[in-house]
Amino acid sequence: MPQGQLTGTRIRERRMRAGLRQADLAGRVGISASYLNLIEHNKRRIGGKVLVAIAHELGVEPAQLTEGAEAALIATLREARAAHSGAGAEVEQAEEFAGRFPGWAEVLARSHRRVATLERTVETLTDRLTHDPHLAAALHEVLSTVTAIRSTAAILADTREIEPEWRDRFQRNINEDAARLADSAQALVTYLDREAEGTEAAAPQEELDAWLTEQGWHLPTLEQGGTGAIDALLEQAAAALTSPPARARARGWLTRYAHEARQLPGARLQAWCAQNRPDPGAVARAFGVSLPVAMRRLASLPADGPAGALGMVSCDASGTLTFRKPIDGFAVPRFGAACPLWPLFTALSQPMTPIRTLVEQGARDGGRFECFAIAVPQGEMDFDSPPVLEAHMLIVPQDPGARAAGDRPRAVGASCRICPRGDCPARREPSILADGF
Amino acid sequence: MGKHVLVIEDEPNIIEAISFILSRDGWTVHTHSNGHDAVDTVLARRPDLVILDVMLPGRSGYEILTDLRGRDETANLPVLMLTARGQTKDREMAERLGASRFMTKPFSNAEVLEALRELVPA
Repeated sequence: MPQGQLTGTRIRERRMRAGLRQADLAGRVGISASYLNLIEHNKRRIGGKVLVAIAHELGVEPAQLTEGAEAALIATLREARAAHSGAGAEVEQAEEFAGRFPGWAEVLARSHRRVATLERTVETLTDRLTHDPHLAAALHEVLSTVTAIRSTAAILADTREIEPEWRDRFQRNINEDAARLADSAQALVTYLDREAEGTEAAAPQEELDAWLTEQGWHLPTLEQGGTGAIDALLEQAAAALTSPPARARARGWLTRYAHEARQLPGARLQAWCAQNRPDPGAVARAFGVSLPVAMRRLASLPADGPAGALGMVSCDASGTLTFRKPIDGFAVPRFGAACPLWPLFTALSQPMTPIRTLVEQGARDGGRFECFAIAVPQGEMDFDSPPVLEAHMLIVPQDPGARAAGDRPRAVGASCRICPRGDCPARREPSILADGF
Repeated sequence: MGKHVLVIEDEPNIIEAISFILSRDGWTVHTHSNGHDAVDTVLARRPDLVILDVMLPGRSGYEILTDLRGRDETANLPVLMLTARGQTKDREMAERLGASRFMTKPFSNAEVLEALRELVPA
């Protein structure tokens, strides 16, 4: 059913929910009941004063009755259907469902979004548990102590006749284990609290990433090019960038940001993005900058601007991630190696060749991303010294409306440990999600 | 003399508790608390069954199990694996390497006794 024809269905549902008869509503807005009947069965288009009058009588905004008001809702319903492709839901009737049962459709859409959020949380926690040796060791200590206490306590409770020396020994063991458990639990809580507060010592890159995430990866004072802006920012960030290596890395990052902001000011780029898709190739041509600069400038735009939220990753020649700006729907691992199928790594094997690839990460929300990648030598090239490559990849969400039937997105993951894809030729190690959660 | 079990575990109070309940159940219990020379101890003691912790100092329980299954004299020796990690992949790993049974901490005394009786019937 074309979207434009759904207004009548919505009117009908709203009228029935309000407990009004067709004749009553028709009378109130000054049309015949038979004409309203035609409207409600989408056999007559509606607009103008009649629409405004009906909306007024039903206590809703006219936009809630007209086409397009539920585009986001319908898109979410389709995502939910894509995540459960075996469930047999009639995808072609998503619009009609949203029109006829807006409340239930919203419940379904919210549930889908909630499930997606929780799944990402589980992935994050599982990833952390798997890659955090301190946490794993602390939990092992707690479980071992609990096992000793449980077993010893059961002996004392269940054994009718127990020699006094054994009884004393087991009571002493329980006492020792209880104290040890209290210490282990306290240490674990302290560790988790410090993690939550962000005061746990982290790698310099992680400190910088965390601070940049707080800033939204957009630094207005550097965009304006004021003198002393870098020093002022570093002073502000002193609490977040606790280690000297992190501050040194931040200074390098901010210096490059300021330099590139002078080459391509954010305001000019934002104005350009209001008229164009955030394609780094087009940006490079329009403003005469290199592709890596175009990518970094796009990634530094505010998420609520015309370009929307964009992700970006960079790596050095070893494949180690040196720039991690994740984006909703495209996870970037905090620890360990990333998915080798990312176009970022394809670019690393084909230096100086721009690569554009449509990818899909994870099967559950069906989000697709256009990835623009290129590998270039770092610094100036010279004789007698091999070029040291650095690869960059801008991650641009694909507009769901731009999907084409012939699209064949490359299925990628975040990292092998938390990737559920079963038959991946690039798998390095087994996934801990092999059987779902 | 009852059946002979070797407990390879590095947590002293777990060793003590398991030893007590197994002794009361008629088992002859020997213990060993590190992974380095655990296989040598198995070969020397020739137990009827081994209780083997996964996380041991020096060598993991998985490595020890692999070693045992590669030797003619211990290829079919019943081995009960103990671990604090209950993830499916750990269970699958233990099964793939030839563990007779897999038990997750914290377990109950009754579960251990039941597993042993099944693995080595009187």
